[in-house]
Amino acid sequence: MIAEAGLALLWLAAALSVLQLSLVAVGMTGGRDELLSGVRPAAVLQGAFVSAAFVALVIVFLQSDMSVKLVATNSHSLKPWLYKFAGTWGNHEGSMLLWVSVLGFAGSAVALLEKRLDNRTLMATLGAQAAIGLGFYAFLLFSSNPFERLFPAALEGQGLNPLLQDPGLAFHPPTLYFGYVGMSIAFSFAVGALVTRKVDRAFAIAMRPWVLGAWIFLTLGITAGSYWAYYELGWGGWWFWDPVENASLMPWLATTALLHSVTVLATRDGLRAWTVMLAVVAFSMSMVGTFLVRSGILTSVHSFAVDPTRGGFILALLAIYIGGAMALFALRVGAVREGTKFDLVSREGALVLNNLLLSAILGVVLVGTLYPLGVEAVTGEKLSVGPPYFNMASAPLALALVIFMSAGPLMRWRRDSLGAVSLRLALPILIVAITFLALVIFVPMIHWLPWAGLLLAGGVAAASLAPLWKRNLRRTPLFTYGMVMAHLGIAVSLGGMASETAFTTETLAAMNIGESKTVGPFSVKLNGVTPIAGANWTALEAQLGVKRGGGDSHLMQPQARMFSTPPTETSEAAIATKFDGQLYLVLGKQEPDGRWQVRMWWKPWVTFIWLGGILIALGGFLSLIGRLRRNKGAAL
Amino acid sequence: MKPKHQRLVLACLALVSVMGSGLLAMTALKDQAAYFYSPSDLAREGIPQGKAIRLGGMVADKSIQRQPDGVSIAFIVEDGPNKVPVKFRGIVPDLFKEKSGVIAEGKFEGETFVANNILAKHDERYMPPQMDGKMHKTGAVE
Repeated sequence: MIAEAGLALLWLAAALSVLQLSLVAVGMTGGRDELLSGVRPAAVLQGAFVSAAFVALVIVFLQSDMSVKLVATNSHSLKPWLYKFAGTWGNHEGSMLLWVSVLGFAGSAVALLEKRLDNRTLMATLGAQAAIGLGFYAFLLFSSNPFERLFPAALEGQGLNPLLQDPGLAFHPPTLYFGYVGMSIAFSFAVGALVTRKVDRAFAIAMRPWVLGAWIFLTLGITAGSYWAYYELGWGGWWFWDPVENASLMPWLATTALLHSVTVLATRDGLRAWTVMLAVVAFSMSMVGTFLVRSGILTSVHSFAVDPTRGGFILALLAIYIGGAMALFALRVGAVREGTKFDLVSREGALVLNNLLLSAILGVVLVGTLYPLGVEAVTGEKLSVGPPYFNMASAPLALALVIFMSAGPLMRWRRDSLGAVSLRLALPILIVAITFLALVIFVPMIHWLPWAGLLLAGGVAAASLAPLWKRNLRRTPLFTYGMVMAHLGIAVSLGGMASETAFTTETLAAMNIGESKTVGPFSVKLNGVTPIAGANWTALEAQLGVKRGGGDSHLMQPQARMFSTPPTETSEAAIATKFDGQLYLVLGKQEPDGRWQVRMWWKPWVTFIWLGGILIALGGFLSLIGRLRRNKGAAL
Repeated sequence: MKPKHQRLVLACLALVSVMGSGLLAMTALKDQAAYFYSPSDLAREGIPQGKAIRLGGMVADKSIQRQPDGVSIAFIVEDGPNKVPVKFRGIVPDLFKEKSGVIAEGKFEGETFVANNILAKHDERYMPPQMDGKMHKTGAVE
């Protein structure tokens, strides 16, 4: 019953999106304004219905209703409830329903909360949001129905991919989707403003909080995903340049650029066409990401097993939405008046540079991600593009970006002089110089990339704090604190990445029981290996005594787990967090002579990578609060 | 400079940066894209020295040799008549075994392929499509 109710709700939501789009289209073109009053309620109801459909699917999963095909193929009645719950989106159909629910939710949030945008632009925006929804409802209903029944019902489910059986599944996908799909709002705003030809400061001020909100979720989602991959895969890496990771990084890069250009538009009324363009590009990147992940043409734990016709469906939707928005842009860009001019050496100039560099990074990541697909389509040749390419192509751009990021906030709007700016940067430059000497003296030959990262991190951190220098801290607006914190987060993250890459030490050894090995400042002793059992797995667990210098010994227990449904083995690393880094232990195989393979890493300051990510998101949050407060103040 | 001109300059800058990043991407790709080779491909085209590639085929029967350090192995990847010796230091995946499909990532050092990563034949449900097609073609999977 619940499955049928869910399906009915989904159809109702789809019908409402048709209604919403028609009301906007007829109301705006036919001049029948009375129709427009129905748009907001339609949007709110649509969001409520699709969210209810999603809740229905969650209930079906929690009940382990094996007469629903999706549950039977992806769940198991013996799973802990958390994984039954999170397993709702651990599969293709469920994750697409989550995607569409967030889309509907975003639409209803705009309908309920947006009070500042000019009414006709808002109506056009909600029309665009309904149009996006319509395509994805069709996708769900016609090719990915999550509520399909199985007859006769299965006796037991086939289980969830064990790699996904982790608390991270409950948090990472929803967070990422709120960011990913939240960007649809910026896209719809841009389309709305192009339709009514009202690309101006008011538009930017209204759009900014929505962009910030989506960006915070994206940042958190990427940070969480990185940490999840780090501890769950047991490879000790925190970023693999996997196409699916790139699929989340690309919208982030575009959204970060948008966040900065929308500030120029809101403050100085410049970069109008560019900002609209970026809003379109950012959500296009989200849709490209969805296509890459959901079409099944990529290889990863994210792509599940998908039938190829769905790829064609999503590709067609992509072509319609991106092509449509670009065409509208091309038609209307002439009507967007030029903004106010500015000097190239100015805050605006720095933000333009920020945008160009972010776009360039986006470009090289996009090319690297799509290249294997393109080559295969044209020549049939299979190849993979991995970390060497992405590091080589994007890292120099990223380093240039953080250098300019240090200077940007210290520049004045409209016009500044390079001499004055370098004077304000005196302390950071001094820090970089001292770091340089220290690196030359103390750090032997390391790769240039982490070397450059170490060189810059301290100076960039100091420079990001510099905007607070000599200011009345009580009267400094909250969004300035937000910017400072986010930029500081970039520096912290950069330091963590560089330190992890430069200073990680690894020991890989086959150990007898009772034998000790050293890794970094630690000595690790294998006390024994014992079999243990969990809810739906069994495991071998190593008992490792870890000691640092003359300190106390403590126990760490990495596991090699065996799951029965589906039969898979996973490695559960044991990670100990110290103030200055993490010790990461993995249990391997037993050799025929009885020794156990153990892989150990000491990763100095690796935690800074994710701490930086959290700071960036927190900075965004402070900014958001600051902007909302000011917006409210201005409205009164 | 009028705003109109400024807009033109900005548009040109954007275009230059897009083309620049495209160019950068293309040059980096020429060096860094890892192509997939089977032992037969290598016999036909010669060994690409020092280039990161993926080698795919079958692990030859009775070819896995464990090294005394307990964490290194040597084995032979074959597809019919052609054979390539492979060395690997690390923990091998569970499904890695003789007479079974394998993909090794790494570089040639002389005649020996030094792998830094080993992917074994997966459970069908998570089998990468591109790996599947190639492995069927090379006979790595029946």
